[in-house]
Amino acid sequence: MVKMKMNPVREYFSGVYLGLKTAFIGMKVTFSHLFTPAVTIQYPTQKMKLPERARNRLYVNMDDCIGCDQCSMACPVDCITIETIKSTPEDNLGVTSTGQKKRLHVPVFDIDIAKCCYCGLCVPPCPTECIKMTDVYEFAEFDRHNLIYSFATMTPAEIETARVKAKKMEEEAAAKKAAAAKAAAEAKIAAAAKAATAPQVQQSAPVQAPPPNPASPPNDSQQKPE
Amino acid sequence: MEQFLISLLGDNIWVHIIMGALPLVFILPYALVTIYLEMKIAAHMQDRLAYMRTGWHGTLQPFADILKLLQKEDTIPTAADKILFILAPYIVFTGTYAAFAVLPFSKAYVGSDLNIGLFYIVAISSLVVVGLLMAGWASNNKWSLFGALRSAAQIVSYEIPSAFAILAVIMITGTMSLNGISDFQSSGIQNWLIFGGPFPMGKKLLLFPFMLIMFVIYYISSMAEVNRTPFDIPEAESELVQGYNTEFSGMKFAMFYLAEYANLFVVSAIVTVLFFGGWASPFGTFMSGPGWDAFWFITKGMFFVCVNIWLRWTLPRLRVDQLMYVSWKVLTPFALFCVLAIGLIVVW
Repeated sequence: MVKMKMNPVREYFSGVYLGLKTAFIGMKVTFSHLFTPAVTIQYPTQKMKLPERARNRLYVNMDDCIGCDQCSMACPVDCITIETIKSTPEDNLGVTSTGQKKRLHVPVFDIDIAKCCYCGLCVPPCPTECIKMTDVYEFAEFDRHNLIYSFATMTPAEIETARVKAKKMEEEAAAKKAAAAKAAAEAKIAAAAKAATAPQVQQSAPVQAPPPNPASPPNDSQQKPE
Repeated sequence: MEQFLISLLGDNIWVHIIMGALPLVFILPYALVTIYLEMKIAAHMQDRLAYMRTGWHGTLQPFADILKLLQKEDTIPTAADKILFILAPYIVFTGTYAAFAVLPFSKAYVGSDLNIGLFYIVAISSLVVVGLLMAGWASNNKWSLFGALRSAAQIVSYEIPSAFAILAVIMITGTMSLNGISDFQSSGIQNWLIFGGPFPMGKKLLLFPFMLIMFVIYYISSMAEVNRTPFDIPEAESELVQGYNTEFSGMKFAMFYLAEYANLFVVSAIVTVLFFGGWASPFGTFMSGPGWDAFWFITKGMFFVCVNIWLRWTLPRLRVDQLMYVSWKVLTPFALFCVLAIGLIVVW
């Protein structure tokens, strides 16, 4: 509408007319809305469809977890706690569905979902794709401690035996190491003694040792200290 | 009805108590229905659903609301003027209820068929203003006082155009009795005053545009008198919390609420009586009789209550200066002009 300078009398009457007219226009609009179907979704009984890649509650498939701790490291709010125990060579923990051998017991895998910011950064690093975001979003609790989800499947007894075994293995390894160190030290002393008695031999020793051949596999020489 | 009761019970006080309490029997279910309607209409106009859980489509929600209000703690602010504070809701409700005394629900039932019925209503509805001012003042709260003062200013301003509209009707019918005005318009829809009343064709056609304008004027000012959107500046929840209601809780708040809805029916009923035949059936003698009269009266009244709700959820709130502009610069001059014109037509 072109705004023109109106005669005040005309302005008054057109104002009154417009006031009534616009009220009727508004009434027409609201009346038409009275019969349009409501958009309300009655939530607990009716639910909205979630987007395909919605990120909600985390879920960990413990059968596939290798305890690599990558998800925990990726987490920006540190809501994932993982503890692992080394397995002994005789334990067979099986393989993941992606075919990786599991080498670690996972006695603790806790996610504090109250801290979780649903960024989904923990999902891509997982080498076995065992941590994922589900479409579950109704998990309110009265006590926030109930929001710490434990996914670990090991029983306390299993954890205890795994701990004992790992400790034993570690002790054995330590003893072995100590023995090896002792042997090495003894050999060193012996060599030193030998060198003292025959200095000419020591001089020629580096010459005797052949330079490592790059073509040959390195294992041959590396395996020796074990 | 009074005669019937007297013949049934004898001429004693019980007859009058029953006659006086009947509107209350009407108000309580009416308020429940209207609260439900208000919420449902509001929701559907905004493409929502409103109550759906309590009972079928939430029909029990008004009962739940009342139960909640009954349980609430009835607080009185320490700084409040206790006597006025306690008295205010009851005065507001009494003022509203007193207006029911002259409403002709049916040809056979009028609480009191005063020959100055309309004058009585104009006078008694001002009692509500006193109650609102008391509520606002006694609360000792700036929002409450603002609300009460605005309400008083608004009701006083809008009483003038509404009084002119009533005057026009009185000039045509020659009576102030609401029963008499309804009777004047009986025997068919064409006799309703909005269509010019029971006059010869030429006079009817002359009266019709003026009566239409008068109806619009009266309807707008009645809306302002009951403080409903777009004239809800005394409550104006976005600026004044709840106006004079702010400090009230529990049953006292419920009283205000009930009074507001009862008042809404009173003004709708007066619109019905003044322009739409009151209890008169639109089909002349067909579907008329004491029971049908009550049916038509309440149906017409409820229709205007629904229009009021419809307008409430359509129009935004007016500013204070706009409110005064509408009353003093638009409605009053138009009403004056129409009264003059109608007077000339009636005399001619």
